[in-house]
Amino acid sequence: MDIHEYQAKELLSKFNVPVPRGGLAYSPEQASYRASEIGGSKWVVKAQIHSGARGKAGGIKVCSSERELENAAEALLGKKLVTIQTGPAGKLVSRLYIEEATDIDREIYLSFVMDRAAERIVVVSSAAGGMDIEEISHSKPETIIKVQVDPAVGMQSFQAREVAFGLGVDPDLVTKLERVIMGCYRAFRDLDATMLEINPLVITKQKTIVALDAKMSFDENALFRRPQIAELRDKSQEDPRETYANDRGLSYVGLDGDIGCIVNGAGLAMATLDMIKLAGGEPANFLDIGGGASPERVTKSFKAVLRDKNVKAILVNVFAGINRCDWVAKGVVDAVRELEIKMPIVVRLAGTNVEEGRKIIDESGLTVISAETLADAAKKAVTAAKAA
Amino acid sequence: MAIFINEKTPIIVQGFTGRIGTFHAQEMIDYGTNVVGGVTPGKGGTSHLGRPVFNTVKGAVKETGAEASIVFVPPPFAADSIMEAADAGIKYCVCITDGIPTQDMIRVKRYMRRYKKEARMVLTGPNCAGTISPGKAMLGIMPGHIYAPGRVGIVGRSGTLGYEAAAQLKSLGIGVSTSVGIGGDPINGSSFKDVLEHFANDPETDAVMMIGEIGGPQEAAAGMWIKENFKKPVVAYIAGLSAPKGRRMGHAGAIVSAFGEAAAEKVDILQGCGVTIAPTPSEMGATIAKVLGKK
Repeated sequence: MDIHEYQAKELLSKFNVPVPRGGLAYSPEQASYRASEIGGSKWVVKAQIHSGARGKAGGIKVCSSERELENAAEALLGKKLVTIQTGPAGKLVSRLYIEEATDIDREIYLSFVMDRAAERIVVVSSAAGGMDIEEISHSKPETIIKVQVDPAVGMQSFQAREVAFGLGVDPDLVTKLERVIMGCYRAFRDLDATMLEINPLVITKQKTIVALDAKMSFDENALFRRPQIAELRDKSQEDPRETYANDRGLSYVGLDGDIGCIVNGAGLAMATLDMIKLAGGEPANFLDIGGGASPERVTKSFKAVLRDKNVKAILVNVFAGINRCDWVAKGVVDAVRELEIKMPIVVRLAGTNVEEGRKIIDESGLTVISAETLADAAKKAVTAAKAA
Repeated sequence: MAIFINEKTPIIVQGFTGRIGTFHAQEMIDYGTNVVGGVTPGKGGTSHLGRPVFNTVKGAVKETGAEASIVFVPPPFAADSIMEAADAGIKYCVCITDGIPTQDMIRVKRYMRRYKKEARMVLTGPNCAGTISPGKAMLGIMPGHIYAPGRVGIVGRSGTLGYEAAAQLKSLGIGVSTSVGIGGDPINGSSFKDVLEHFANDPETDAVMMIGEIGGPQEAAAGMWIKENFKKPVVAYIAGLSAPKGRRMGHAGAIVSAFGEAAAEKVDILQGCGVTIAPTPSEMGATIAKVLGKK
């Protein structure tokens, strides 16, 4: 789960990571009020969306008057900001973060990630701050410093010092930087983060250290024990199709095609999308119904898929293990009747009680197309979508 | 022989008396699995499904001689249960639970390393369908009847896609020695390579079907290892060719976040290591048949 920059900064400051003074604004008036609270004569207006690369997309503006600030706020609020990470649809800007301007002397890259190969938390840092990490590992790989944290004892101060000295900061700043790194580590560990990135971490001309930007993602499997993180979810940053499905316990990812997919199991769902592509079609979504594909869940899945107005045909692919095909078939028939679905539906059932399941579909009198194999199902769905 | 489990392996169920544990324990017993008891803290001394219930895994091992366990404990407590099994001397543990926090799994993996490699428990999962040695024993939640006994090993992240492979093989008259689910989480008990090492030493396995997906380094690592060490033919399918970068596709671990983690990149790496690629998910069985020289 992603959160906004201002939320990450609020969390980090509780772990002794210094951040510039700032405040949230929902309107141009609030923006200028925030600026007056902060004081000074130069501020930064930052669009709060769940994406990096906001600066290049025009989402961050430096202002030196109240008028400039209000204009910048006016221009950003309510707009969809398109960055290289958001895709062409962009993300809605409904919150701004107004921050004091910082006198930058040096920019450092600092991040914490879950390293899947090492199976540990790894600190990644570089003196080439300001660039993104792909860029750094491409053009300045020699500047990258990596430190692994042993989960038995957690991160040690000497490891933070190694990073600080490795970055070549002034010796009198090392203790401060060590405190920042240890604070980030504790935030990552204590809040069940999966990613924390400060880019840039700035050394100011006044010889202080501040996190100029902050990005954090959290482990959704750990939200049950982090209610304060779960509350930070901002649905306005999600694909509304996904919000609807996920709120109903379905695992759904919206895509751009026209064939709606209802599948049990994440792997089989991915394979079904692959099969549609190979057959020359485009899937509209990934959807995993989950373990017990009960008739109610089948109906819910149809409702979720149908919210996408691009969908022209639906492919149901269920490999019944614990559940039974006759159950799933009944669920499909009931859903098609209840929701009065007119578009072509291809159903492929396999596993326990498959014969009974097919019989229910065939005898329902509905124009549901039966398919025997995965390949057959994909082919029929693609043909149906093209004809629709 | 198969790997990990056979008809004799004494098995306990952790989370035995819960709704899900009860249902699947019964299915495993019906399949012929040697379930010798279960653990539910606080219910020790009672009996469930005609088997004794224990308060602790240590108690269960002491009384029944259990060698393998299956964990159905809910996510907040599952990591603790796995560590309890490791400490009690269980040799092989399957964790079915989906939704364990990643940092809990990091701790589990670190904890297991306190035992010498010879004495260390083998864990597969979490977030998997389990392990089955067809005709012998089932330590999982799969429909047993879709697997024919035979000589092809299956190792995969996904449950239902593994069923798909087993059913395709069965329809071609090909059976399975053991099918192992390693689960869809970013940090799991055993990697593809770990399981392949066991198949390498199993005289009853002639070839392996490997079912991977987007995300993480384990498919590529397995490829490198196969190239140097594995003498039996391997067929692989990697799910998620059409998955967009940076999106999590159902499984907590199915997300492309670095170079080499996309399906097409993994296919390239595996092909370079001498692994035969099943071109589509509906040709997993046929590709195995081809490498076995059956068609």
